[in-house]
Amino acid sequence: MLARVATFTIDGVDPRQVWVEVDIRPGLPAFTIVGLGDAAVRESRERIRSAVLNSGFEFPARRITANLAPAFLRKVGPGFDAALALGVLAASGQVAPESLATFAVFGELSLGGELRDSPGALAVAEGAHRAGFAHLIVPRERAREAALVEGIAIAGASSLRDAAEVLAGRTPAAPPAEARRASARQEPDLADVRGHAAPLLALQIAAAGGHNLLLEGAPGTGKTMLARRLPSILPALTRAEAIEVTRIHSVAGIQSDGLVHARPFRAPHHSISPAGLVGGGAPPRPGEATLANHGVLFLDELSEFQRSSLDALRQPLEDGCVTIVRGQRALVFPTRFMLVAATNPCPCGYAGVGDRCGCGEADLRRHRRRLSGPLLDRMDLLVDVARPAGRELRAGPAVDSARVCARVAVARERQQARLAGTQARCNGEMDGKLVSRHVRLEAAAEAAVARAYDAGALSARGRHRVLRVARTIADLEQSDRVSVDHVLTALSLRQRDQASAALAA
Amino acid sequence: MIGDRACERCLARPWLLERLRGHLDLERGRLGAALELPDRELIAAVAGAERGSVSRELDRFDAAGARERCERAKVEPVCRCDPGYPVRLADLAAPPAVIHVAGGLDRFLDLAAGDPVAIVGARRASSYGLEVARSLGRGLGAAGAVVLSGMALGIDSAAHAGALAAQAPTLAVLPAGADHAYPASRRALHGRIQAAGAAISELPPGAEVRRWMFPARNRVIAALALMTVVVEASERSGALITAGLAQGLGRGLGAVPGRVTSPLAAGPNSLLAAGAALVRGAQDVLDRLYGVGVRDGSAAEHRAELSPDLRRVLDQIAGGRDTAAALERAGHRPEEMLAAVASLELHGYIRREIGGRFVPLP
Repeated sequence: MLARVATFTIDGVDPRQVWVEVDIRPGLPAFTIVGLGDAAVRESRERIRSAVLNSGFEFPARRITANLAPAFLRKVGPGFDAALALGVLAASGQVAPESLATFAVFGELSLGGELRDSPGALAVAEGAHRAGFAHLIVPRERAREAALVEGIAIAGASSLRDAAEVLAGRTPAAPPAEARRASARQEPDLADVRGHAAPLLALQIAAAGGHNLLLEGAPGTGKTMLARRLPSILPALTRAEAIEVTRIHSVAGIQSDGLVHARPFRAPHHSISPAGLVGGGAPPRPGEATLANHGVLFLDELSEFQRSSLDALRQPLEDGCVTIVRGQRALVFPTRFMLVAATNPCPCGYAGVGDRCGCGEADLRRHRRRLSGPLLDRMDLLVDVARPAGRELRAGPAVDSARVCARVAVARERQQARLAGTQARCNGEMDGKLVSRHVRLEAAAEAAVARAYDAGALSARGRHRVLRVARTIADLEQSDRVSVDHVLTALSLRQRDQASAALAA
Repeated sequence: MIGDRACERCLARPWLLERLRGHLDLERGRLGAALELPDRELIAAVAGAERGSVSRELDRFDAAGARERCERAKVEPVCRCDPGYPVRLADLAAPPAVIHVAGGLDRFLDLAAGDPVAIVGARRASSYGLEVARSLGRGLGAAGAVVLSGMALGIDSAAHAGALAAQAPTLAVLPAGADHAYPASRRALHGRIQAAGAAISELPPGAEVRRWMFPARNRVIAALALMTVVVEASERSGALITAGLAQGLGRGLGAVPGRVTSPLAAGPNSLLAAGAALVRGAQDVLDRLYGVGVRDGSAAEHRAELSPDLRRVLDQIAGGRDTAAALERAGHRPEEMLAAVASLELHGYIRREIGGRFVPLP
């Protein structure tokens, strides 16, 4: 007898439907799985036999052939176990085959017949909903996450026996618990910061305009501490964004429970490979850039990263997605993140701290060269982080995240209204054309920019960066026109590229 | 014709120095004595086992070949027998037998006669030092003085660059061959110096650099300059060798004071303590050379008048509140403070350095 069960596999971060066909015929007892499965799929025969027997069912002592279709898609991982086991049960008449028609099944089995936690349930639920299934059985731990998809009934099963009961209609599918409400945000708060007035302002501008930010300062001055607080002042995730983040994190196996409310903050170590940063491998897995989607990617010790890793970030930064081609297939991973990088100002790290720095001009130039030029090109803001004075450490907090977040939200709204109908969503994404259309300078501001440009303090690209930042500063002050003060503040937060070029005489 | 201002006997000397280049890395103090020795005695003193062969090669020295080599490298030699040979070099116990000039022999002789001022200092200079060196170079150049230095990284290059920025000629004394830049990263500067002034060397074109060539070069700088100014130098810097030689030759010596906590200020500060002239800017040098107020060094471009607010910020920066954090502590709102420093930077009053320090420009 033949049975058919629908399940899903994760391809990159997207669900792909897979049909599990199980056929049982008289013959010598055997269990064969065909259909381009990897080692985990082949091993699932043993898990399924034990799970079926330990759940109180009978494992048919006949010739069993299972096929995973479509046959061209490489199937990876243990997520097919539940579908295969239910297929065996249906083909041997232990559950009603017709009950499977409206169900999709997803999950790994243990030898005892329990359905194990498997990553990617949210993506699977989206796929099942899109494919028109009315019901989806997932491991109980993942039910709440899968239930974020509306329009499909999710049944959380803790064992194969549970799943069979659900199919038989005997146990009504337990409605998964209501997703927890967005509770108070638990990210680190700006209220913990003492001193650091200029870096705080830069963080605020970065958050308001979606500008990439470079923090420069001696070791131990608080660069990482500041960067970690950036997510707390970014606008809250919209539901669509939250679901996308949850899906990606679920696929990567780092999601805890239910919907992700906090913006991701990813801080990969500087030894990371290009594939680790932007995604890749076989099968292709999302990289840190994708895990940071809608959040912050923080690169600490920027000069220590491999050049190839940093250069690999160019396209994702530019396009908001990364395309990975493997054989015949191209996978697209979303990579809309804010980049925050931290670096020492010089090889010894103490430039600007009294006379502690012993680096010569050549050392500085070498240090600069280690930073990827194309990457620096995407950094709108540079701010120097200095050690706060003792008096400042004892003073109270200057701001807190909630207040800043409200200001940022207002500034973002203004940008969205202005940029409606363009491909940019915030000032940081404006290209040269949008900059010249939307950044209106007062006469004095125009003169200041022209002066900086003529003095060689700005390159053509640097000029665009300054104008974008000035526009954001004006948005934070709810001003339609960009004044000279806005431009000057933006100028003092620009990169030093030209100055160091001048140093080389 | 190239080479007709260097006689055959003198041309043999740079050839010999190059031939013996591997033998001349002597301990401190012995190099000067060795360079004073006549050719044969020098061979006997340092050549060791090669004594015989070097001596025989010297017998067969090919002056025409040496001239041709200069011609190919577009370097003009002038020897100490030539009446135009810089007189001040003759003060040395061991004046270079030949000076090889890249960039025009006549121009070099004119410039050498025109009271050059040497600006020397550390390779690993601070941004303050570089700024002062550049401004000295610019000010002296604009006032018509010839800036002389060694084209090394750091202070030397900054001084040359400053003079060139004032469209003034400048002289570089190179340790190895005058035809190629040492250090190689200063190729562009080398080209600009040749175009506007001259690069010279005691050694023939193409000579490879050796350690002993640096103190040997320093003695040429010290002798050629009317006054030597040390900008930044640690205790063991080559710039202090130049300073010592200059003093020994009775030339003027000046030093730019530095922060007492900085190791780079140790050299100039101790020179000042020992009686060197205090140099705060080009005017101090000019006053020293030509008498107070005779030549005007206020060549700095006219800058816009500052508003009282900006003036206060500038004073605070000059007074040591020279980072954004320090200015914030002085009570400025971050937005205002950032706008103020950007404004000062735009108008050329300060420069923002790596590490976030603001350096007031002279």
